[in-house]
Amino acid sequence: MSRAALLVLADGRFPAGGHAHSGGAEAAVAAGRVTDAASLADFCRGRLHTTGLTAAALAAAAALGVDPLELDAAADARTPSAALRTAARKLGRQLMRAARATWPSAELDALAAARPRGAHQPVVLGLTARAAALGPTDAAYCAAYETLSGPATATVRLLSLDPFDATAVLARLAPDVDRIADQATDAARRVLDHGPDALPAASAPLLEISAEAHGGWPVRLFAS
Amino acid sequence: MTAPADLAPVGLATAGVRDIAGVQATARIVAEVDPRRGSTVLPVLAGEGPLAVRRTRGAGAEAQVTLVGAMSGPLGGDHLTVEAEARAGARLRIGSAAATIALPGQAGEPAHYAVRLTVEDGAELHWLPEQLISVHGSDLRVTTHAELAPHARLLLREEQVLGRSDEPPGRLTTRLTLRHAGRVLLDQELACGPGAPGGWDGPAVLGGHRAVGQLVAVRPEFADDPPKPRTLGEYAALTPLAGPAVLVTAVAPDALRLRRTLDEAVRLLR
Repeated sequence: MSRAALLVLADGRFPAGGHAHSGGAEAAVAAGRVTDAASLADFCRGRLHTTGLTAAALAAAAALGVDPLELDAAADARTPSAALRTAARKLGRQLMRAARATWPSAELDALAAARPRGAHQPVVLGLTARAAALGPTDAAYCAAYETLSGPATATVRLLSLDPFDATAVLARLAPDVDRIADQATDAARRVLDHGPDALPAASAPLLEISAEAHGGWPVRLFAS
Repeated sequence: MTAPADLAPVGLATAGVRDIAGVQATARIVAEVDPRRGSTVLPVLAGEGPLAVRRTRGAGAEAQVTLVGAMSGPLGGDHLTVEAEARAGARLRIGSAAATIALPGQAGEPAHYAVRLTVEDGAELHWLPEQLISVHGSDLRVTTHAELAPHARLLLREEQVLGRSDEPPGRLTTRLTLRHAGRVLLDQELACGPGAPGGWDGPAVLGGHRAVGQLVAVRPEFADDPPKPRTLGEYAALTPLAGPAVLVTAVAPDALRLRRTLDEAVRLLR
């Protein structure tokens, strides 16, 4: 593998459209649940250990070569919120465009053809990592880190939070990201023997509930 | 596939008898249509140990069963299973007489509570038990697995209450898996309480709420005409799943307010 390829894929400036999404932070800020760096850290930790773990395992499994359409169906079952399924597919479609231009691959082409409106973003992310000759743990790290970096960056804009404080939140959660990437990779390897049902299905009720409310706002800064 | 929680060794548990290793018991309910009268009958209605089952008065052609706790629990180390099957065309409604209360065991072992529901074509199952209360010091793993035929109907409610009033919760992990026409329609796990992964009580997951619930409705007609997503107040939302089903997710400060929200959702779905 190339470590530099991992940096390219994980770079916040990789043109995959993630900056338009707050990962639920906009709704949590509006509800008064995220008000400062401490509550942002708590929000990020909860998201990482629930939907972050699920996303990281999907990405790792795709990087291992598990059938992406099976993983896409597993992602649907693990994303009960219709608003979040729409967001995940929109992000998947945007990432697919960037990925095919960056690391052309027959597997990416096949998934794009099978899911023209977009596959779930973590599945596309894992397949992109595979196209870039990265491994399942790399894919899991990318997915887990995005779970945090999206809300942290969004909160800087939403609350005018000091960017140094937001970055410190990310740094303090680094050991949690390590654990989640390991767990996700282990789960992805179990999928090879036991099928997608072996994927984690950790969920976060408040993220799901507020995603539906947020989807109905007439004016919002972020798409999700 | 079985959730990892189900793979734990059963130890020395003995059917229907509680010893230090815990009790292992299964209740079985099978409903089918009596071809002569057209109403639903129960060829199998068998409780065991702490799981007693009673046929209670149902409305019209449906059969109604009430789960009655014959012992307290589940306690740590217990392995309890409820299996219910609604065969083609049957109408079965299952409730419970009281809340299920997860209690600590003697050896600090987790308790396991498994619910397996099967609904065949043209059948309808209502699984509407009372709340599950996670008592301080308890550790319970709940798995609910529903297997639905393409033209099956299901109404399922699950409510978890974290601790009795003013008590910190125990450890609780729940996994709800729905398979419809052979494919997974919903797979959701929630872990909370001491020792659960970080952030479980934070602003992304429960945010200090002490009651959390799900209501699932699976109906063939939702395939063409699914209900639109909507909120029910600030802390509950109804969303169509990627199949002929809707899920209502709700959090609330307590069991009473959670039930009010889920009752409202049931009325909306009529």
